[in-house]
Amino acid sequence: MDFVSILSIFVMACFVGYYVVWSVTPALHTPLMAVTNAISSVIVVGALIAGAADGSAVSKWLGLGAIVLASVNIFGGFAVTERMLAMYKKKEKK
Amino acid sequence: MESASSSWVSLAYLIAGVLFILALRGLSSPATSRAGNRYGMIGMTIAVVTTLITHAIASLPEIVAALAIGGGVGFVTARRIKMTDMPQLVAAFHSLVGLAAVLVGWAAYLNPGAFGILEGAQIAAHSRVEMGLGIAIGAITFSGSIIAFLKLAGKMSGSPIMLPGRHVLNLGTLALIIGLVGCFTQDEALWVIAAITALSFAIGFLLIIPIGGADMPVVVSMLNSYSGWAAAAMGFTLHNTAMIITGALVGSSGAILSYIMCKAMNRSFISVIAGGFGAAPEAGGGPAKEQRPWKRGSAEDAAYIMKEAETVIIIPGYGMAVSQAQHVLREMGDQLKAGGVNVKYAIHPVAGRMPGHMNVLLAEANVPYDEVFELEDINGEFAQADVAFIIGANDVVNPAAKTDKSSPIYGMPVFDVDKAKTIFFVKRSMGGVGYAGVDNDVFYMDQTMMLLADAKKMVEDIVKALAH
Repeated sequence: MDFVSILSIFVMACFVGYYVVWSVTPALHTPLMAVTNAISSVIVVGALIAGAADGSAVSKWLGLGAIVLASVNIFGGFAVTERMLAMYKKKEKK
Repeated sequence: MESASSSWVSLAYLIAGVLFILALRGLSSPATSRAGNRYGMIGMTIAVVTTLITHAIASLPEIVAALAIGGGVGFVTARRIKMTDMPQLVAAFHSLVGLAAVLVGWAAYLNPGAFGILEGAQIAAHSRVEMGLGIAIGAITFSGSIIAFLKLAGKMSGSPIMLPGRHVLNLGTLALIIGLVGCFTQDEALWVIAAITALSFAIGFLLIIPIGGADMPVVVSMLNSYSGWAAAAMGFTLHNTAMIITGALVGSSGAILSYIMCKAMNRSFISVIAGGFGAAPEAGGGPAKEQRPWKRGSAEDAAYIMKEAETVIIIPGYGMAVSQAQHVLREMGDQLKAGGVNVKYAIHPVAGRMPGHMNVLLAEANVPYDEVFELEDINGEFAQADVAFIIGANDVVNPAAKTDKSSPIYGMPVFDVDKAKTIFFVKRSMGGVGYAGVDNDVFYMDQTMMLLADAKKMVEDIVKALAH
């Protein structure tokens, strides 16, 4: 992919992000932060490439370190979001 | 990678990106939020699996071990963390994303071939810019979040630490980092990238230490945003759609949250970042000018009056979180409701230490979310309310924000509690002032009764008194 098409994706995604985030209800702002945290750990993709590659031992270990950090976030972020969201309940109809 | 398989791979990352969008979209309502979170998990699984099956893996056991260690730590932490500790957990998680970005950036620098960013024998110039920026933003996110974590966890004083000449120092360091990124495009020497990394760690630290505790909602949102931009920069380096979409989503999410928080305090983003707010008593409207008379109430008074009330609006603040009073507060609400009282909760956008902090605590205590209202939605109702019950909040109910132009919180949207017939103000002592360091006229109003005690203890006593 050339730079301009990547940039287009980026710019479009910023707009999507803008509208989607404004539609998030303020009551869920804490879960929003937790889940954005989890998904920003998609950086694990870069970590996996580095950790899987041959060639530089230092690079491989940096990659493995990054995998550990990112996966703390992935599992921790999604799990804590799930836990929080499970607590939001409507009034029981009696 | 051949072109046919390569387009499948791109498609997979695109799907992951779209699933992440749906994850955020789900949060528009508590009813759809859990499905959203599942989409996020599926998206992440797709991204990880796609990466693993499309790259030759020289060290599978190590990778699996790394995933298992990190995943285990994350999962156990998420299960065990107390809801009141959520702000510092989020800050800690941000720091990990930041550090991971730095490590990935360095790994790409040391093994550019694996990342496909070589142009001849050198790293492509645009990749160097992206890499440099990714490392810089990641490092700022890391050290900034560590400071935010220490402040939120109370392991470091929440009051601002002011260095002399810090504005010059900060701006100078930022300029130097940008200059070095420029230099990196010309010369891919190790010292350049090392200097970028070191200076960025330093600036993250310097940026956050002058910012006080109650401004943390802005800081945490801002760092959330940075962690997104760091991921996006790495996405540019790797030409990875999932990373770019996610980075843009998270970046805008954090930016919007910072904006909402600043607006709720009527302060500019620049003034929050410049820091120092709430450091020393400010001029104008400062701490109590003279001793004014105030009334002290008891738990029995509060119980008696609220029992007879038609509508009670409860305003929780950070003090409720500190004393863990949310569960007993809900018990109080339940008892009042059982007696036919209409109970509502009113939440200010900056109540607590992170966006939505109070909502999570009330949800944890099983308060139904349709009894919890935002500032704009409930502020008109105080005039009809019999009781405003303020617990652990202060600046967000200070009428000086509406009337006193010299007050540091002038212009901040506040609850019109002064319009309620009776006000109960749960507070530890008369001595302390709110974060902004200003006196609050509500303490001295005719209809106000101060309930001076630890928030949890006081509400427990009210619950006991109600039971009679």
